[in-house]
Amino acid sequence: MANMTNTPESAGSNLMARALREGFYAGLVALGLFVLFVGLKTDQNILNELILVQRWGLLAIFVVIAAVGRFLSVAFIRPYLAERKAEKAAAPVKDANFFVRNFSMIAIAVLIVYPPIMVGLFGFQGSLKWVDNFGIQILIYVMLAWGLNIVVGLAGLLDLGYVAFYAVGAYSYALLSSHFGLSFWILLPMAGIFAALWGVILGFPVLRLKGDYLAIVTLAFGEIIRLVLINWTAVTKGTFGISGIAKASVFGIWSFDVSATNNFAKVFGLPMSSSYYKIFLFYLILALCLLTAFVTIRLRRMPIGRAWEALREDEIACRSLGINTVTTKLTAFATGAMFGGFAGSFFAVRQGFVSPESFVFLESAIILAIVVLGGMGSLIGIAIAATLMIGGTELLREMEFLKHIFGPDFTPELYRMLIFGLAMIIVMVWKPRGFVGSREPTAFLRERKSVSGSFTKEGHG
Amino acid sequence: MSDNLLHVKDVETYYGNIRALGGVEVEVKRGEIVCMIGANGAGKSTLMMTICGSPQARTGSVTFEGQDITRMPTHEIARLRIAQSPEGRRIFPRMTVYENLQMGASLDNLKYFNEDVEKIFTLFPRLKERQSQRGGTLSGGEQQMLSIGRALMARPKLLLLDEPSLGLAPLIVKGIFAAIKKLNEEEGLTVFLVEQNAFAALKLSHRGYVMVNGKVTMSGSGRELLANPEVRAAYLEGGHH
Repeated sequence: MANMTNTPESAGSNLMARALREGFYAGLVALGLFVLFVGLKTDQNILNELILVQRWGLLAIFVVIAAVGRFLSVAFIRPYLAERKAEKAAAPVKDANFFVRNFSMIAIAVLIVYPPIMVGLFGFQGSLKWVDNFGIQILIYVMLAWGLNIVVGLAGLLDLGYVAFYAVGAYSYALLSSHFGLSFWILLPMAGIFAALWGVILGFPVLRLKGDYLAIVTLAFGEIIRLVLINWTAVTKGTFGISGIAKASVFGIWSFDVSATNNFAKVFGLPMSSSYYKIFLFYLILALCLLTAFVTIRLRRMPIGRAWEALREDEIACRSLGINTVTTKLTAFATGAMFGGFAGSFFAVRQGFVSPESFVFLESAIILAIVVLGGMGSLIGIAIAATLMIGGTELLREMEFLKHIFGPDFTPELYRMLIFGLAMIIVMVWKPRGFVGSREPTAFLRERKSVSGSFTKEGHG
Repeated sequence: MSDNLLHVKDVETYYGNIRALGGVEVEVKRGEIVCMIGANGAGKSTLMMTICGSPQARTGSVTFEGQDITRMPTHEIARLRIAQSPEGRRIFPRMTVYENLQMGASLDNLKYFNEDVEKIFTLFPRLKERQSQRGGTLSGGEQQMLSIGRALMARPKLLLLDEPSLGLAPLIVKGIFAAIKKLNEEEGLTVFLVEQNAFAALKLSHRGYVMVNGKVTMSGSGRELLANPEVRAAYLEGGHH
């Protein structure tokens, strides 16, 4: 047999030949794909005439990247990965190291010291960007994704309209605080309750729906809420939005209003700066996130949380075990919506302005994408996904050096959706179940032991 | 009447306009093992699901311990301690064996959990070995054991088994049937099972029914039916498995 006489050397040269060939084909495909999109560009000259700009250099770069990338992937990266996989399979299961075992504790500690470190590094004014744009922005999405995780990850109800509850929370705070002057600390729980109520209202009609059908109805629900916010101008001021929303205070003791007598900076004799408020908001959203995580972890160990997870796996089996699937679904919707409402009221307080534009379908899609990327049901995975996705898009704004490469017209943040999509495809190919794909059991007979089963994929046998 | 645990009376069940059950009459007494045999599509599983209220019977009645349960929702029927190991086993694939058993004990909120889980592990030692493995990674026979074990965790008065032998090797079927027999003899558990494996089922059962096209055509003790030439011709030819 010809195959059996293959020595390692001839296998190696075969691989090289194959890599060269595949690299060449990849270059050819790239040339065919990009010749019209990249190689030629229509533009207008000063006389308003349409002219054809030829960009053969750029086209060559694209083709070379494709060809070399394919060559490297076939010749080196894939054999290396296969080898590593084999090594990993052969190696005995190791205990996770200290960092991995205590990841969540370390992460919380880092987050707590994050604002002082940023202030120390960049000064009060310089820290604004890092605490506000990165810290608070990411934590809002962490909280939203953790809230949606209860509905999608635990109970398995695909919800494409989650942003509706975010909107309900934000508008509850905006309207009630500007009309009745209620404080943030009263309105935060109220916003959660309102959102939970809307969760139940949405839950009732869709109780019988599952999967795709449920997704469509929740999508419509999200749009209805947004359209109501736009068109009910008497209350919501339509697309103008509601501005001048009151700031939160430190439990009513210290205020962040410049004119107030108990202003935080005045009380402590500090120089005036907006960064105190931002740092306060950072700790506020951090506390809200931790509350979400704590409640989720506790609920998973309680009958209702177990029922959610069982419902995701098999609804008929649930019913035959005496679980009321109606109340189980409604509590999942309500609990998820409640955290969306909390996040919404925080969003209103942070922005000081809400308008329907903040609650478009894209937001729902991003939150859902974070949940899926992180691994449905895994809090740590979702937090990592939110950090990468939201932090990544914020980081794009910082990449000034790209302008030197692609010219001064290049605005990196316009490419964020492209990169977002690309990242999703890569992660889904590489880790189809998300960053943390394996579900952590909640119950053990005596003590946990790592059994081969937790490392295998589920099968049907 | 008092020893009559389950009484299915003149039940007709429809899927849309299609009649799946046409006037079925079944009785299960306390402490009995009763089986329903029949070919594919005869309506056996429909009968099982009708007892559990999904779908509900259009006419006729289902009575459990003298209480009419025909129009009750499924989860409330389950709360009367009618436990089911449904068709296709329907274990929770991403949950561990241990968690699956925990789900079975939802009714009592885990009051008797430790005691009962030990009992299940003695009955099916394989489940003990696999307790921290995910349900979906089990073999077919182990999944069937888990499905029965999960149903038993609810401390049922009546255990409904839908084709426990489906797709399993004869040796494993033997083990599972032996476990059912043991439960019945030692704890007086009442069992109603639906089977295509007529020989094994009739041998296990005190009484049996034969279902053809949504109707019960024959009934009698397990031994009588085994000896009946018609039953032999229809369901037992091709050797004793």
